[in-house]
Amino acid sequence: MGMSASRSESRVVQFGSRIVASRDRLYAFLVILPSIILLAIFVYGFIGQTFWWSLTDWSGLEAHAEKNYIGLDNYKMLFSDFGGFRFRQELVNTFFFTLFFLTGCLVVGFLLAVALDQNVKGEGLFRTIFLFPFALSFAVTGTTWRWLLNPKGGVNVLPEVFGLKAWHYKWLNDRSAYTFNWHELPPLVVIAAIVILLFVLIRYIRRRKYLAAIYASIPITLVLMWMLSDWLTWDINHKEHGLFDWQNVPQYVSAIFLVGFLIYVIHLLRGGRRRTALLVGIPMVLFLGWYATGGPGGFPNVAYDEPYGFNLALIGVLVPAVWQLSGYTMAIYLAGIRGIPEELREAARVDGCTEWQVYTRIILPMLRPITLSAAIVLGHISLKIFDLIFAMVGTDYLPVSVPGVQVYVTMFRSNKFAVGSAIAMMLLIMVASVIIPYLATSLQSEHEV
Amino acid sequence: MSKRLVTLAIAAVLVLVTVAPTFAQDGLSGELEIFSWWAGDEGPALEALIAKYNEMYPDVTVENATVTGGSGVNARAVLKTRMLGGDPPDAFQVHAGQELIGTWVVAERMEDLTFLYEEEGWMDKFPQGLLDLLSADGGIWSVPVNIHRSNVMWYVPAKLEELGIEAPATWDDFLAVCPTIQEAGLVPLAVAENWTVNHLWESVALAELGVDGWNSLWTGEKAWTDDDVVAMWDKFGQILDCSNIDVDAATLSWQQATDMVINGDAVFNVMGDWAAGYMATTLGLEPGVGFGWAAAPGTAGVFMMLSDSFGLPKDIKNRDNSLAWLKLLGSQEGQDIFNPLKGSIAGRLDSDLSLYNAYLQSAAADWQSNVVVGSLAHGAVAPESFSSEFGTVMEIFLGSRSGIAAANASQAIANQAGIGK
Amino acid sequence: MTVATWIIFGALIGSLGTYLLYEHRGYEPDRGALIGGLVGAVGNLIVLIPLWGYILLKGVPFGQPATKLVPVTVSAIPVEPTQYARARQRSRLLKHSGRFALYAFLIILAIVYLLPVYTVVTTSLKTPQEAGQLKQVWDLPSELHWKSYKTAFDELGPKLRNSFLLTINATVLSALMGSMNGYVLAKWRFPGANIVFPLMLFGMFIPYQSILIPLFQFIQDIDLGGSLTGLVIAHVVYGLPITTLIFRNYYTEVPTEMIEAGLIDGAGFFGVYRWILFPLSLPGFVVVIIWQFTQIWNEFLFAVTLTNENSQPITVALALLAGGEAVKWNLPMAGAVLAALPTLLVYIILGRYFIRGLLAGSVKG
Repeated sequence: MGMSASRSESRVVQFGSRIVASRDRLYAFLVILPSIILLAIFVYGFIGQTFWWSLTDWSGLEAHAEKNYIGLDNYKMLFSDFGGFRFRQELVNTFFFTLFFLTGCLVVGFLLAVALDQNVKGEGLFRTIFLFPFALSFAVTGTTWRWLLNPKGGVNVLPEVFGLKAWHYKWLNDRSAYTFNWHELPPLVVIAAIVILLFVLIRYIRRRKYLAAIYASIPITLVLMWMLSDWLTWDINHKEHGLFDWQNVPQYVSAIFLVGFLIYVIHLLRGGRRRTALLVGIPMVLFLGWYATGGPGGFPNVAYDEPYGFNLALIGVLVPAVWQLSGYTMAIYLAGIRGIPEELREAARVDGCTEWQVYTRIILPMLRPITLSAAIVLGHISLKIFDLIFAMVGTDYLPVSVPGVQVYVTMFRSNKFAVGSAIAMMLLIMVASVIIPYLATSLQSEHEV
Repeated sequence: MSKRLVTLAIAAVLVLVTVAPTFAQDGLSGELEIFSWWAGDEGPALEALIAKYNEMYPDVTVENATVTGGSGVNARAVLKTRMLGGDPPDAFQVHAGQELIGTWVVAERMEDLTFLYEEEGWMDKFPQGLLDLLSADGGIWSVPVNIHRSNVMWYVPAKLEELGIEAPATWDDFLAVCPTIQEAGLVPLAVAENWTVNHLWESVALAELGVDGWNSLWTGEKAWTDDDVVAMWDKFGQILDCSNIDVDAATLSWQQATDMVINGDAVFNVMGDWAAGYMATTLGLEPGVGFGWAAAPGTAGVFMMLSDSFGLPKDIKNRDNSLAWLKLLGSQEGQDIFNPLKGSIAGRLDSDLSLYNAYLQSAAADWQSNVVVGSLAHGAVAPESFSSEFGTVMEIFLGSRSGIAAANASQAIANQAGIGK
Repeated sequence: MTVATWIIFGALIGSLGTYLLYEHRGYEPDRGALIGGLVGAVGNLIVLIPLWGYILLKGVPFGQPATKLVPVTVSAIPVEPTQYARARQRSRLLKHSGRFALYAFLIILAIVYLLPVYTVVTTSLKTPQEAGQLKQVWDLPSELHWKSYKTAFDELGPKLRNSFLLTINATVLSALMGSMNGYVLAKWRFPGANIVFPLMLFGMFIPYQSILIPLFQFIQDIDLGGSLTGLVIAHVVYGLPITTLIFRNYYTEVPTEMIEAGLIDGAGFFGVYRWILFPLSLPGFVVVIIWQFTQIWNEFLFAVTLTNENSQPITVALALLAGGEAVKWNLPMAGAVLAALPTLLVYIILGRYFIRGLLAGSVKG
């Protein structure tokens, strides 16, 4: 973004006050007004409606269906009850899918861009070939790859064309997985939170910010206290508490401190110390998430163990997804590489860098903003992904299913519109948690630099 | 700019000219929108019916709104969105039974058709078991177009001879011949994507629990966690071990599973009798020679049925046209136009069997003599909130291969769906 | 306001008027739609031809010499700056063996990328019996079976008009609106602009399945249910965030001095857009058009819900070809090829501007 942008920004304000006629400013507002109104209705109105539905018990197709307010029960169910089993599996799938999809697209796209940057003959042709999958719909891609990844045909029999032995890789049909158990997730989250908090603590101590260090150590102590108190006395049938239970004291105290922390994070944000705010905020969010799902002793209604993990079948959807979108990353990396002045590379070469080092040490770091924005675009595609999975394995194949598919099925096949809305809201929150920090950072950096 | 205005003006005039009113000659006029998920191989049967309707009511413009994909999920999404948005189609396809009752009748979206049945004298033309499936709250809510059978096992007679085996009478018999077939390097039982596994499951459950056991699952008299249900799940697991479930099932369509049997890669396949239509019409095989069939093991004498039906939604634009469509659907003529093409049998007891092929004639005979039960995988016995989430139960079973886990999970969704309450 | 601005807005309104015509087609849907389609196409040509003609003929026309732009919009300008040209010599540094490996790498990857295309095309030319055989995916068809293409075209053809009407109108409308929005957000401050922009962007990230019901109800409420207009509106609205984002980032790079100069010359709000920004916008428009065309052309969920038989785009018909759980794979594959042709065409025609447009616009955060 650089210097020029900030200069432009400041200049806008200046001429805004002197030269511009008020008539022109009115035009500017009128031009953007329709878009604002349309988006207010189509985006925020509809999100609002979906959010309201997610707080009700709406299921069924009555013309004037009763929608009773039931608070956050649908969300609770998604994280703790049997009804959320599928959702939890899909969350894990989405996590791994996003991780490998992003990595795959960025790495393949970068390699292609570097290769095409070598003054290749027929660059245009190669570029079109690599970019073309991007022009297809996921539905067509899905149907085709479903075919190609059939264990008894397609890619597996390709070696036979050359007289070699067929492969027997199972692709989508592979049900094996590297798993962990959902029951273990809360302690895992807590441990992660504590590790992060400890990290924050050490930073503060090293910087001699003792007050902040005390701040950070309080939740650690509390969490530990709470875990100890609850786990020592917890058993699965122990659900009833009196009006005031000694066991709840740590919860009340930590709730108070969480509010304190929230204020602290806001304070940090207002002071422009975003990284610190993030460091403090993330464990807080994790902690709240854990709390919302019941804390230690949550998940009382799970009927059996829930082993989740990276399903090997995901590779079967990762291949087509990377095939389809790596062309896009190639295109923007290529654009980025072309935008870097030749002088910089020359200087690096003079300093004794090999050609490969020029790319990894000079160019790649300079492409960081491009990598970030590509990751955002790809990330929101992968969190929302629906058509590809739907076309490849239909609606109910859990090893590769994702929340997008479940929203569709829950709403329109099970008629559970409220639960479907809750899943959609979770999807939106997931997407938002990726997007909002990015938007905030990129807009901020425009103003700052 | 002025040229553009002129163009616009000309266009406007042209439009006005074309809007000249058409006069109804006699009977019905206007439009009729028929909503279904019948396309591809199933399209011609519907189109034949529409052609007949056009012949009877030439002034009615029929709009064939077909939505496909995702095993009918797309169609449901569009239909339900339209219903909630206050724009119901004039007639829509729905599985007879709980999919009709639990979703649409309960929501008070349908008109009671008892008067139509009485007017047309259909009360004794359809078997009582079928009428029961269409009835609730003292009304009859849709007109069944066809009957399919779910519990059929398909094979190639020549292949069985070659292997020296017979179509198994029970699942234990099947498990007994399974090693023989596997040693020959073949897949004993071909399955395909998720829903076909549910489809297989219902035949296994029917066989292992018996007719009473099966029916009492849906009334809530029998718990999903009963010992015999758990044992049934475990047996289902053994049966799956004789299939291609862990090889390539998830990405096969049901036709590809049928192809495996026809090509000789697999020996048996349990699929609804639309498979007969596929083998006879698309693959051009002769029933009884190119392919053979038997009731799924342990279910001889029981006809597990599913039926497509059309109802009369409330608040539609063309009620009279829709009623005329329903009359055609329920008539002997309409049913005998549709079913031979669709590869199903008529719900009516008086259809002209000479129009049907060998398989369908045998199915029609069974339909009249067998005990009739409803299908789970195709919307007859359980409300959509259960049948939809049964897919997840199946995935839990396939992932864990634990009968108890599957039993607990299905009990959980049965409780949620309010089965037996 | 300048004449050109009037033309643009006139065309916009004309475009909408077309749809009103289309809507009130009365008892003769086909003829009404045809007229609507013709008028819409002419209307769009009125917008498009001068737009492209002007930009392509004139390059960078106004005021400032192009070189002044180079540091900020290196590859935003259709004319290649020297730097870009120099970058192309770089590869001489690679040794011969290296170049061989490079080409091997590229060719192998190109083949891998084309494998699915190969399957789709060969399958579409096979007979139904051949097409179903999993193990013969890689075999060439024993005879060319063109009939699938005819059947597919008969099915898709009638919907083609809808698809073009939909895609072109929605793309043009959302591109123009996005361009104006981008101009306002990049160069004009108004109270709350800092909040409005991120709030607008957020619309890009909505999962569509979740807003299907309210969307349908809304379209139904404004009496556009089952019409192409409703679908156009939906696509324009949900396209606005990305088009606005691309144009805003793009225009931010244009030095404010140019705008200031324009204002001092008395060009006014629309004049500045018309004479300064719009002529610079080609790469931005290319990216937006490619993006939107692809998205809208391929979209299924809205299309199947918001339209009826007369106004369906081809994605719906394509699903019908593959529907009924088809086994005759030749047919859906032929349909897929036909359906992909227009997007392929857009890529081939506009592809050379795409990379540069991307750099100038969407990739910047």
